[in-house]
Amino acid sequence: MVDFDIRLGLSPADLTAREVQNKRPDDWKDLSADDDIELRLILENFPGQVVNSRLFRGEKTIWVKRDKIVAILTILRDNVETAFNFLSDLTAVDQLKVHAPSQERFEIVYNLYSMSTFKRLRVKAIVPEDDTTIDSVETVWPAANWLEREVYDLFGITFNNHSDLRRIQMPDDWIGHPLRKDYPMGGEQVEFSFNVRKS
Amino acid sequence: MATTLSGGSVQPEILKDVAVPRGVTVESYEQSDESEIMVVNMGPQHPSTHGVLRLVLELDGETIRKATPHIGYLHTGLEKTMENLSYYKALVVTDREDYLSNLVNNLAYSLAVEKLLDVEVTPRARRLRLILNELERIASHLIWLGTHALDIGAMTIFFYTWRERDQILDLKEMMSGVRMMTSWICPGGLRGDVPEGWLYRAQKFVDNFPRKLDEYNRLLTKNPIWIERLTGIGKISAEDAIAWGMSGSSLRGSGVAWDVRKANPYTGYDEFEFDIPVGSNGDVYDRYLVRIEEMRQSIRILNQALKDVPSGPVMTSDRKIAPPPRAELDTSMESLIHHFKLFTEGYHPPVGEAYASCESGRGEKGYYVVSDGSSIPYRVKINGPSLKNLQALPKMVEGLYIADCVAIIGSIDIVLGDIDR
Amino acid sequence: MGVEQNLGFLTVSVNKAVNWARRNSVWPATFGLACCAIEMMASTNSRYDLARFGSEAFRASPRQADLMIVAGRVSKKMAPVLRRIYDQMPEPKWVISMGDCASCGGVFNNYAILQGVDQIVPVDIYVPGCPPNPDALIYAINQLQKKIDREHFGDRR
Repeated sequence: MVDFDIRLGLSPADLTAREVQNKRPDDWKDLSADDDIELRLILENFPGQVVNSRLFRGEKTIWVKRDKIVAILTILRDNVETAFNFLSDLTAVDQLKVHAPSQERFEIVYNLYSMSTFKRLRVKAIVPEDDTTIDSVETVWPAANWLEREVYDLFGITFNNHSDLRRIQMPDDWIGHPLRKDYPMGGEQVEFSFNVRKS
Repeated sequence: MATTLSGGSVQPEILKDVAVPRGVTVESYEQSDESEIMVVNMGPQHPSTHGVLRLVLELDGETIRKATPHIGYLHTGLEKTMENLSYYKALVVTDREDYLSNLVNNLAYSLAVEKLLDVEVTPRARRLRLILNELERIASHLIWLGTHALDIGAMTIFFYTWRERDQILDLKEMMSGVRMMTSWICPGGLRGDVPEGWLYRAQKFVDNFPRKLDEYNRLLTKNPIWIERLTGIGKISAEDAIAWGMSGSSLRGSGVAWDVRKANPYTGYDEFEFDIPVGSNGDVYDRYLVRIEEMRQSIRILNQALKDVPSGPVMTSDRKIAPPPRAELDTSMESLIHHFKLFTEGYHPPVGEAYASCESGRGEKGYYVVSDGSSIPYRVKINGPSLKNLQALPKMVEGLYIADCVAIIGSIDIVLGDIDR
Repeated sequence: MGVEQNLGFLTVSVNKAVNWARRNSVWPATFGLACCAIEMMASTNSRYDLARFGSEAFRASPRQADLMIVAGRVSKKMAPVLRRIYDQMPEPKWVISMGDCASCGGVFNNYAILQGVDQIVPVDIYVPGCPPNPDALIYAINQLQKKIDREHFGDRR
């Protein structure tokens, strides 16, 4: 697939100039422990684990370190006021193309939902590139089983204490982790007149 | 190489993966329930697996001791494909994901991108999106009913339900020109307005459909064979269902009254009155009843929604997102530049992420879109409900017959495109 | 030896008879993979009735089928399964590649999808569309029937 920017004839300087003006929106807000029960819960019980928090477009996101992720999610599930008993989604984001040198490469994203309060929360655990392991949250919600297998398959992140960690979407003997940003898109080159196959 | 295994009971693990070679005498294992396990592959090509699902069943006679689903035979790399297309173009890919309810996928994606862009849609677009979603839900449930009944053996229903579904596809074709992959709901509104006479025709369909639904009801609901085949199998309790992440009608059959349309309303669902049907036993028959009633409730919503559809444009007026009308391209230079920029490069949402979900025929369909400020989504995760619904299958199927397994797969209404993406 | 030789009038009549029988009872094997399978199912239903052209029974087992309609996108994980099903079909057999994804990879030019099912099985008729209208599939079956008419029965035992 041909890159958009090459087609438009834009120079790298143009690109960076355009990206900078779109970068930081004004409506990022930090969560405060007084207003938000979830943040307060994590700060009280696990001091030092919260790295960042954000409120953007009405959605709360909390970044935590990966060491005590099982305990943090268990507390979010069991506490009566938050009651996040439904794991809506578990996925990963590869920050290779956007991360600053201080940021780690992978983020495991847990989208949580509460069936009693109808509220959503996003918890992100940070996983560095050189040690791509994290504890499995299968004991908290059994729904995490296949979702973690998918993250293992497509991103290469190993989940400790997972009952059955093997590839799920790709064939069993596939090499590589396709959804990483340094994995090529693959597929066939579209034939134009300059690259006609002679067969 | 001849080896004899003697004494004690043979563990099933030995028989599982390795074929017993010639010359081996497997003697004196106890004829207990665990010792005669046959491993059968219900392969990716099978008429009853609703797609390319592979089930490895460990059978004791005809009773299933353990079922292991293997998925990935339809893995299309949709998420990676969307990471290389602009936001508008990535919409086309979303149709092909849960291919039985295309407009619901479009809507979930559009809601997520609209959240990022912080743009409001017009009232007419909201109402038309709701009408299209409900029609799509009826179409999806009709396929479910047809294929489920076909698996159980009631082939007539298959032909009847597709007759109705063809009428809904006619409506979609009248609107967009395409029967299935319309990509009609885009970030900002709809791609175009519905033609004259479309609302009248939709109302006619809604008037005629309850009679057809009664026909299916008469044929199936009190049918002794149907009841015999469907009751008491595939039970899952409400706590288990929530823990396994099930959503949609499969969850509601177990007694949990959760519907995204009521809990976190979108596109105008809070303006209309409708009920959420809930089962009590959590078995296959309850899920069947829940879905039939859902179709009735969809008709109820449609009857309310098709009255007084607001008039006006269907696309937002923000020119940074919406393409200008074609007539303006002849006269205005600015429109031409906007059109060019939108279709070659695309719009730039701010850095951030958004999650939006809709209720599809299967459950909570969500899209998690991460933006890095460029015109191409950085990461799109499609939260398919069928993946989590299928995860609970081994639990539901233990101890039942293969024919029951077929009925249960039909009742959780999976679509492999949703699972494998 | 046998009737594969050209015995003039006799072979031509036998050929015509055999072709007539083959073209009017093409039984497809269910190989619906993705969205095109839905349109394939729609083509068998009451509005676009495929059974009137002879495809009365969609056999689940490939050993009893003549035609494999590859309807949907073929992933690299599914490709060996598809080849195996094709090998299990007895001669005479034909393949219709239904839809863009089966013909050429379609919308998906990436690591996971086989770029055209003709990389692994020989295809007789390609049907473009995403998904093709049931009318298009019926047209394809008609074209296949015309193709069968032109065949010599000795080529496919």
